[in-house]
Amino acid sequence: MIWEVFRQDRKGQPFEHAGSLDAPDAEFAEAWAREQYGRRGESVALWLAPRDAVHVVGDWADEFDLKYRRVDGYSIKARLKEARERAAAAGTG
Amino acid sequence: MNELLLLGLADDELILGWRDSEWTGIAPMLEEDVAFSSIAQNEIGHARAVYELLADDADVLAFDRKPEEYRCAPLVELHLLDWGRTIARRCLYEVADEIRITALMEDDDARVAGLAAKINREEAYHRMHAEMWRERLADTPQFRSAVDELWRYALGVLPPKQREALAARLGREQVDAVERGTHDDAFAALHDEMTMVRRSAPAGAQW
Repeated sequence: MIWEVFRQDRKGQPFEHAGSLDAPDAEFAEAWAREQYGRRGESVALWLAPRDAVHVVGDWADEFDLKYRRVDGYSIKARLKEARERAAAAGTG
Repeated sequence: MNELLLLGLADDELILGWRDSEWTGIAPMLEEDVAFSSIAQNEIGHARAVYELLADDADVLAFDRKPEEYRCAPLVELHLLDWGRTIARRCLYEVADEIRITALMEDDDARVAGLAAKINREEAYHRMHAEMWRERLADTPQFRSAVDELWRYALGVLPPKQREALAARLGREQVDAVERGTHDDAFAALHDEMTMVRRSAPAGAQW
């Protein structure tokens, strides 16, 4: 049984995927996760989830080319530059 | 301070840590490999702490004695080549060690009692690990026969007055214990390998 392990660096930080391990039940998973993801003091908390319990979403249909919903077509950089220049001009004026 | 008893305890932890380390890289599962190696390393750490109560330099006690001067129980030095018996030994050892360590937590010498309490906090995790395996293997014939085989060795870990507690905890009858003070043939090879670095750099190896 594969378990996905998520670890938290510090209290208040988001949990991040640390890796996975193969363990027959939650007790073994806990013991082994403690050793692999906690024994150097690198985690304040762990989440262990059986891989089967993870609902995976990985297909993204884009049949109608809805790229206007994405942000990669906009050059934020150029607009930021303009805005900064305007702000600077207003500041000295 | 009962120095002979503490030396026996430290030698048990050192030699069991050494024997269990032999599984590093070849344990049945990768995950257990990491866990078992980590526990073995903890045991060697306990040995060092106890040696430091007894001498200024732990290495002198750990590595400079002749094989016949080690006080470890025959249980810990057995060269077990299969996993079921290795886990059976750990399970038996953890119960015996718990009886011995909790008694030392009441020692008149505050340094001994304090160190025993510190060791006990780490051993709690080792016991959880051993118990997890015992529950899983308890019904297998291999594990049962391994416990039968090692029982008289387990009794030899404890002084006679603590053996009844061990028998009661495990629901077994006392039998003739395999006592401390002798070593099997495999111990000479273990000692030779264990002291190799020390002998090659008597002033202390630098890593």
